[in-house]
Amino acid sequence: MKKIVAIASLFLLTTLWSCKKDSDFLDVQPFNLLTNEQSFSDPAQVLTIVADLYNRVVDITAFKNGWESFIDPGEAIASTNNIHYTQSRNGWGYNEWSIWDYGYLREINLFIERATAATALQDADKKRFIAEGRFLRAVYYFELVKRMGGVPLITQSLTYDYSGDATKLQTARAKESDVYDFVISEMEAIKGDLPVNARTKDRATRGTALAVEARAALYAGSIAKYGANTPSVSLSGGEVGIPAGMANGYYTKALAAAKEIISGSAGAYALYNKFPTNKSQNYANLFVDNADKQGNPEIIWMEDYKVRSGKTHGFTIQNQPIFGGEEVEGGRINPSLNLVESFEKLDNTFAPLPIKDGSGNPIYYDNPLDLFAGRDARLAGTVTLPGSTGRNRPVDIFAGWVLDNGSVVSGTSLGQIGKLPNSSVDVKLVGSDGPINGVEYSAQSGFYIRKFVDPAVGAGSRGTGSEVPWIRYRYAEVLLNAAEAAFELGNTGEAVGYINQVRERAGFTTPLAPAELTFDRIVNERRVELAFEGHYIFDRKRWRIAHIVLDGAAMNEAELVSNIGSATKRNTQAFSLWPYKVYSPSGPNNNKWIFRIQRNANVIGANRFQLGNYYSEISTSILANNPKLVKQPNQ
Amino acid sequence: MIKRMKRHFLPIALAVFCLAAFSCKKDNYEEPKSKLTGKFHYKGEAIQVQYDQVPFELYQDGFGKVGPINGALTQEGTYSHVLFDGDYKLVVRAGQGPFYWPQTGGKSDTLLLSVKGDTQRDIEVEPYYMIRSPQISKTGGNVTATFKIEKIITDAARAKDVQTATLFINKTQFVSGNDNIARTNIAGSAIADPNNVSLSVAIPTISPTQNYVFARIGVKIAGVEDWIFSPVVKITF
Repeated sequence: MKKIVAIASLFLLTTLWSCKKDSDFLDVQPFNLLTNEQSFSDPAQVLTIVADLYNRVVDITAFKNGWESFIDPGEAIASTNNIHYTQSRNGWGYNEWSIWDYGYLREINLFIERATAATALQDADKKRFIAEGRFLRAVYYFELVKRMGGVPLITQSLTYDYSGDATKLQTARAKESDVYDFVISEMEAIKGDLPVNARTKDRATRGTALAVEARAALYAGSIAKYGANTPSVSLSGGEVGIPAGMANGYYTKALAAAKEIISGSAGAYALYNKFPTNKSQNYANLFVDNADKQGNPEIIWMEDYKVRSGKTHGFTIQNQPIFGGEEVEGGRINPSLNLVESFEKLDNTFAPLPIKDGSGNPIYYDNPLDLFAGRDARLAGTVTLPGSTGRNRPVDIFAGWVLDNGSVVSGTSLGQIGKLPNSSVDVKLVGSDGPINGVEYSAQSGFYIRKFVDPAVGAGSRGTGSEVPWIRYRYAEVLLNAAEAAFELGNTGEAVGYINQVRERAGFTTPLAPAELTFDRIVNERRVELAFEGHYIFDRKRWRIAHIVLDGAAMNEAELVSNIGSATKRNTQAFSLWPYKVYSPSGPNNNKWIFRIQRNANVIGANRFQLGNYYSEISTSILANNPKLVKQPNQ
Repeated sequence: MIKRMKRHFLPIALAVFCLAAFSCKKDNYEEPKSKLTGKFHYKGEAIQVQYDQVPFELYQDGFGKVGPINGALTQEGTYSHVLFDGDYKLVVRAGQGPFYWPQTGGKSDTLLLSVKGDTQRDIEVEPYYMIRSPQISKTGGNVTATFKIEKIITDAARAKDVQTATLFINKTQFVSGNDNIARTNIAGSAIADPNNVSLSVAIPTISPTQNYVFARIGVKIAGVEDWIFSPVVKITF
C-alpha cells in the first residue's frame, strides 16, 4: 500500500510539471543581454547604440587619428625622432586612404531596421533615430566615395544562408555619381525628421544634414567639371569619374543646401566673432572656446571631448610649445613656410615675406613679429609665430646668432647657454623652442601650430588632456562651399558675398570685387581658412590638381617665393623660415633679427601624387571575394 | 624541486623529440624555385623607366580565388620573379608605363607565359617615344646631353606629344624625377628639332664630395604618367 502511494505520488509529481511545453521551459531570456526589442524600447537605451555609431565616424584628419593625420603634404613637418615619413616619403602607395568597412555599414543598416521595427518607442523619437541612422550611413558612403569612388550601395542588412554560394551577396560597384546622388537624396529625405537646433553639435540636426549635402554636392560637381582634365582617371562603367554635363546640377544643389543654412532656417549659425578687436585671437579661439561649445555659432557638427569624463585627447600635449610646456614634450606639428606664405597681405595681394631687399641683403627687424605685420589675421591664429605667445606664454624661437661675416653661432640643445666670440658673457645661443635640425619638439620649421592647441591649464599635461572638440563641419566652410558653387555657376557677384564674410572676419577691410574672384583665389582661401582641418588632400583630389601640385619634383627657394597664391603651385616639400639674432657689437644692427629660408636636412623626399592615387586601391582580397568589383584606374 | 624536474623530464623530452621529429616534413610546401626573368624592350632596346613605378601583374588560374602576383620593372626595364612551374598570364594595366599596351574593350590584353625551370622571356612593347643616341658628358661645371627623340607611335589615334624632356643628375645610380640633385628641362613645344636636342645642367656641390655623378635623360609624354629614360651614364671627373 505504501508502495502504491509512493508510486502514485511520484507519477503525480512528474505529470504535474511535465505538461509545460519544452520550449517554454528551455527558452530562458538571458539575464545579461538585452534583446533587440528591449534595446529599442527606451530612448536612452537607443541613444547609447547610436552613440557608438557616431563614435565610429571616419575622418581623414581627427584627434582620434593621431597628430600625424594633421600633417598635409607640404603644409607642415613633423618634429619628432620617430616620425619622419611626412618629410622623407616620395609619395603614397595606392592603398593610402583606403577604407572598406562594410561591417560598420551593416551595423547601421541593422540599427535602422531595428529602430523601424521597434514598437515601444514614441513616434518622434523613432523618427529621429531612424534619421540619424540614415545620416550616419550617408556620411560613411560620402567618405567611401571620396576615397574609393563608386562602391556597392548596400542599404539593408545582408544575411548569408550557409548554402555555400555567396554570389547573392555580391554587389557590383555603383557609379560614382550614384553614390553622391545617394548621399544628397538621403540628406534631403531626412532633414525634415531632424531637429532644428544650432545648439546641438554632436548629433545630427537639420543643419548638419544640409552641411554634409552641400559639401557632397560640391565635391561631385567639381569632379564632374575638373575630371575632364584627367581623362585617364575614370572607368568606362562610371564607377570612377562623373560626366561633365552633370556639373552644373551638382553645383546648383550645393548652393541650394548651403543657402538653406545661411538663411537661418536650419538654425542660427554664424561666424564666431567673440573678439572682434583681436582677429587672430578670435580665429584661434573659435576652435578652443571650451567654455561654451554649444553656444559657438560656427560649429555645425563636432566630435566632443570632455575632461574628467574619460574622453579627452592629447593634441595639446603633443603640440604645445616645448619651452614652459606642461610636459617635456610638444611641438610636433611645425607648419611650413609654404603655408605661412600663402596667407595674403591685408591689401588682398600675395607677397613673399620680406626677408631680403632688392640686392639680396637681409632686412633687419627689431622684433621678429614685425616680419608678419599686415598679414591675414588667420596666420597668427593658425601658426605660433616667432616672437609671439603660445598657450599664453612667450615662445622662444630663434636659431642662433649671425655674425658680421654671415656665419652662425648656435647650439645643439634647446636653450643652450654659451659665449659669443670675443665676449665673456654667457648668453642663450639658441632658443628654448629651437629651431635645431633634428632635435625633436623644437620648432624645426621656425613655427609651431596654434590651431586646436588648448590654452587651458592642464590641457598639456598627460593626466588631464584637452577637451577641444574636433569640428567636422563649420559655418565658414559652408560659406566657402556656397562661394565656390556660385562661382562655378558663373554667379561671381553672389560668390564674393559669401567669401567676403569669411575674409572680413580674418581682418580684410577691402572686400573682393566680383571680377577679382578666380579659381585660384577660392583654392587659396580654403587652404588658409581650413588649414589642418582635413580638406587639403580631398580638395586637391576633387579639383584634379593633386598630381600637378604634388608632382614629385624637388623645390628650391626661388620657386618657393614665386607664384604665391597659384592653385597649381608645386608643394612637394615643406620649407622652413629660421629667425636669427644679429651679433654685431659695434654695428647698428646688433640684437636685431634676420630670417633665412632653408630646407631642413630631414626633408629628403618630394611628394608625388600619382594618377593612381586619385582613388585608393581596393585590396586584392576584396576583389577576389567579389568578382563583380572592377579595379581602380591607373593602378 | 629537483625530484619534480626528474619526474617531468621524460615526458618533456618525449614531447620535444616528437615535435622535432615530425615538424619538418609533409606540412610544408616546397618553395618556388623557377626564376622568370626578362626585360621590356622595343626592337631589342630595353625600355628604361623609373624603378618601381611601372607595375605589372601575373595571374595563375586554377587555384580558387583570383589574385595578382605584383611586380614592377627595374629602372633598366628588366623584371624577375621566383615562381612555381606553370602557366601564367602577364598584364600591364591601362595607364602604366611609357608604352602602349594593347587593349580590348577597355581592358588590357593578357600575355600567356609558361614557366618551366628558369625561364627568360623578353616582352616587346611599343613605346610612344624612344631616346636615341644620347651623348652625356661633362663640360666645365656642367653636364651636357645631346640626344634625339624618336616618335615611335605615329598613328593619329594613339600618338601623344612630348610634354618635356629633362636631364637629371644624381649622386647614386638611381636617377629619376624623384631621385636627382639637379635637373633641367625643355618643354616639348620648345623643341625645334627632335633630332637634335641638347640640355645642360650645372653640377651642384655634393656633400660629402664625390668625383662622379650619374645622369640620364627623361622624356615626359603628355597624358602618360610614367617617363621614358635613356640608360644611366656614370660621369667621372
